[in-house]
Amino acid sequence: LRDGALEGELAPALTIKDSVPFALQVFSHVISQLFSSILAGKSQSRGLVVVSFSRSPSFYLDLLKKGTDVASIQILDCYSDPLGWKDQLREVKHMDKLYNSIIELGKGLVGGGKIRFSIAIDSADEMLRHAPVSSVARLLSNLRSHDQISSIFWLLHSDLHEARVTAVLEYLSSIVASLEPENFSLIKHNSKKGKFHVRFKKRNGRVRVMSEEVHIEQSGINFINQGLVPKVQFSLQLSEKERIDKANVVLPFEHQGNGKPIQIYDGRRSLVDGSGEIIYYRDSDDEMPDSDEDPDDDLDI
Amino acid sequence: MNQRSSNLLDEALGLDQVIEPWPLRGRVVAIEDQVETSGSFVLHHLLKRSLSPNSSNVTIFIAFSQPFSHYDRILRKLGCNLVSQRDNSRFFFFDMLKLQCPDGDEGITPEGGLIALYGKIHKTISALPEISWKNVSIIIDDLSLMEVAANGSSDYVLDFLHYCRTLTSEFDCSLITLNHEDIYSSEDRPTFFIQMEYLADILIKAEPLATGLATDVHGQLTVSNKGRNKVSNFHFKVKENVVECFYPGRS
Repeated sequence: LRDGALEGELAPALTIKDSVPFALQVFSHVISQLFSSILAGKSQSRGLVVVSFSRSPSFYLDLLKKGTDVASIQILDCYSDPLGWKDQLREVKHMDKLYNSIIELGKGLVGGGKIRFSIAIDSADEMLRHAPVSSVARLLSNLRSHDQISSIFWLLHSDLHEARVTAVLEYLSSIVASLEPENFSLIKHNSKKGKFHVRFKKRNGRVRVMSEEVHIEQSGINFINQGLVPKVQFSLQLSEKERIDKANVVLPFEHQGNGKPIQIYDGRRSLVDGSGEIIYYRDSDDEMPDSDEDPDDDLDI
Repeated sequence: MNQRSSNLLDEALGLDQVIEPWPLRGRVVAIEDQVETSGSFVLHHLLKRSLSPNSSNVTIFIAFSQPFSHYDRILRKLGCNLVSQRDNSRFFFFDMLKLQCPDGDEGITPEGGLIALYGKIHKTISALPEISWKNVSIIIDDLSLMEVAANGSSDYVLDFLHYCRTLTSEFDCSLITLNHEDIYSSEDRPTFFIQMEYLADILIKAEPLATGLATDVHGQLTVSNKGRNKVSNFHFKVKENVVECFYPGRS
């Protein structure tokens, strides 16, 4: 999410999907992290628009207030009066109007031109209550295509909707993060631990899945990294000593002499020294073997 | 009145200590019950606590289920006089039993009825001095009947509840609702019910015991306090003038 969108491509989108009560804390965590990156200048996006349906704007202001630069954030208040019961002018049922308001707010933040901003939608559930799936999908799709949007993410409670509705939103996202409680026991609401599964759809078409444990504490939320390693019977990871030993191994084509001319034995004894040479350039010193980066990535066919 | 035994419930809700300013301010409390274990005693208990002489709390009671006389009778047994509280403007009773939400012939739609109700609540709170705003409790008895009054439209009820929640943000008051779990258990996706669970900060469930009916124990209460990340579970027995709450095994 931090890296944002490439020119001419759809912005990355994240669905945080859950059926447990602590999803809001995860959402708050993501939003604080993203906002910190924005403030620190580490992300492509220069501003954040929060569309808040289920929490009051002041909740987000308090959450993100630690950065003194509140000029980088704008909150679209869809919480206080979404249906115009208090004040006839406001109404968020129309997705097109919502789209315009979001874009307007964003442009107000970062100006026009090439500068991008990010969007956080407090609850896709509320949007789906007020408008049909097709309109919501259209809104999200349009937002992703807008060339000033860096990234966008939303929260969805999967137990409130039919499976197909959840599926629609998942198709629209490049990243889907789902939360599961630790055990579907009687006291569901007491769950303080859970599993956090993330599925990334990368640009080159590959899918990466990762999983972490989540612990909710009074102080905040903790992700315990279990890495990508599947649970099998043999050890797939390297210990520290193994890592050092491995770094010490000199690969066959890599000794550039040691004083002696390089002799490559190719089965024929009549080799005259000096007439052959193998030049081997390592791609990258810190490239882990079996990394999921496709070596054919840079092919331009 | 036996102060001690209600304390488990009060403790779980933070009502065992000082009740001014109202500990439940800004919170949404959802009470869920079943046919075998009615949760209305929790409602009455909270009503009694909020109208305690030690606090300046104001309660707005929205009744879809019973008339004023019913609550008056019950609260009197608990030691609280609703009539005098009403006269002192500490208790506002909105009788919704006669709320007809016809399909729009008279121009009053179900949504319109709820919008008007919201407006009335908003006006009532605004009319109070600002200092009392956070001591206001809105109690709704009960949500399933509100849905009936709205001609079955759970969407309107959810909208109404959303607006009530904005009241808790605006005025820092509290919202207490009662709903029946078993009405929704036959649906494959009880959306309305789940929405309410998401909305609530504190969830109080009254359920029968896993072992079935008993004479000494009427049921079990589970209080999940999301804010404090705490869950309490204990048994209860409803008596004439009081409710006894105790941990399993100690009667």
